[in-house]
Amino acid sequence: MAPAINRALRHVPAWPIYGLGAAWLAWLFWQGLTGALGPEPINALERRYGEVALWLLIAGLAVTPLRVWSGVSLLKYRRALGLTAFGFVVAHLLVWAVLDLQSLSRIGGEIVKRPYITLGFAGFVLLVPLAVTSNNASIRRLGALGWRKLHRLTYAAVLLGAVHYVWLVKGWPVEPFVYLALVLALLALRLVPARRPQGRPGPGAVVKG
Amino acid sequence: MAHRWTNTLTRADATPKAAWLNRRQIMAGMGGAAALLAAGQGRAQELVPNTLEQISSYNNYYEFGVGKDDPARNAGGLVTQPWSIRVDGLVDRPGDYALADLLEGLTVEERIYRFRCVEAWSMVVPWNGVELADVLAKVGVQSGARFVAFETVVQPEVMPGVRQRVIPFPYVEGLRLDEAMHPLTLLATGIYGQPMPNQNGAPIRLVVPWKYGFKSIKSIVRITLTDSQPPASWNIINGREYGFYSNVNPEVSHPRWSQASERQIGGGLFSPRIDTLMFNGYEAEVSGLYAGMDLRANY
Repeated sequence: MAPAINRALRHVPAWPIYGLGAAWLAWLFWQGLTGALGPEPINALERRYGEVALWLLIAGLAVTPLRVWSGVSLLKYRRALGLTAFGFVVAHLLVWAVLDLQSLSRIGGEIVKRPYITLGFAGFVLLVPLAVTSNNASIRRLGALGWRKLHRLTYAAVLLGAVHYVWLVKGWPVEPFVYLALVLALLALRLVPARRPQGRPGPGAVVKG
Repeated sequence: MAHRWTNTLTRADATPKAAWLNRRQIMAGMGGAAALLAAGQGRAQELVPNTLEQISSYNNYYEFGVGKDDPARNAGGLVTQPWSIRVDGLVDRPGDYALADLLEGLTVEERIYRFRCVEAWSMVVPWNGVELADVLAKVGVQSGARFVAFETVVQPEVMPGVRQRVIPFPYVEGLRLDEAMHPLTLLATGIYGQPMPNQNGAPIRLVVPWKYGFKSIKSIVRITLTDSQPPASWNIINGREYGFYSNVNPEVSHPRWSQASERQIGGGLFSPRIDTLMFNGYEAEVSGLYAGMDLRANY
């Protein structure tokens, strides 16, 4: 089954993920402008961008366990997933800073004073070097090992993002806790000794393209 | 007892709907810069009642789900007729009152109030209702009573949030007796002259305009006069974040976010932030209730 899926995927390129991501981002903004996100679109847009970023980051985090445990390899889509997620994180941050808080002093104050925002912002900061080095030239320059080490920052960044979400809600809504559980499960799977199918590269292997 | 308080905000303050929409379109068109400029102008300009559409489509009513649009979507099944309210505790005439009997002979007034949510958004709502003091006078408050406790209806079969137990139910709230007797404190039965929409707390809800919105408990089925401070839902869930008083106070932050500013619902994607007013703009009317109290300690 897995080899068949992998064979079929050989003909499905990764680049449409960027286009779909950008279109999705713009569509949500348009919905906010036209009232489709309800009477308080700023908060709604902020929330949606943050959620989509988290989905995409979780999807990226699932690539390796999926390959190790099922043999289905989506490795060639991981860079596009990660960079698209970063785009949504940036959009989330911009909506918060420009449309929501509307002043530099408020922005600085909130990052320092509000722990959930401190965490979220720290997650963003960790993602910056990852986004900057998500290209083949950087992999060559850093070397596969160094690059792979650097990109382990993803684990911390996604965890910070999930905790950031759980921390900001009131009461016990289901969604943020589901995301946090997924992130923890995907990170925990990496601690389980890999029973990796014969003849396949190790979990952190770098694949170009 | 009615008409003890007169609106400073009246229908005359309401911009005609067409002009209001037009202004929003212009603001959207000019973008964020224009919106930020508008924020610097006087507060009076912001006191435009929200539309019924806005007021009834952006709600916190966790019995129907935690999303802001969940109550509008899910509250259709709420059974509001017949409706009776149990009045008990330290009252002369306790009992189960049919809603109409409890309101009989009382004057329903229109009150245009600011409504400030603890989540830092706000609305201006033209409520219709009676003063809580009039209802309390009707049932006879005994001399030992110092607090009033309220309880929201629980109808699990039509309330998905209750089935998921997103917070403990029934939702309960409470006021000090002098807060309850204050002329601003309203039992509201409608908005814009129409019956209260289910998602806004039909058929009858509390409105305490100088406190954060969660104090204004919805769909009331029980009113109890007590001699000690009654439990309040958010205070039980997280007492560090939600005090019993929960008066609107721009100087006392919520532990997780600032309360110094707010955004009025309905201004679109480039809606300006406005400064939050002490006691939500009702300082002259209510600050006397808290004379000598440390508002930072009694948040």
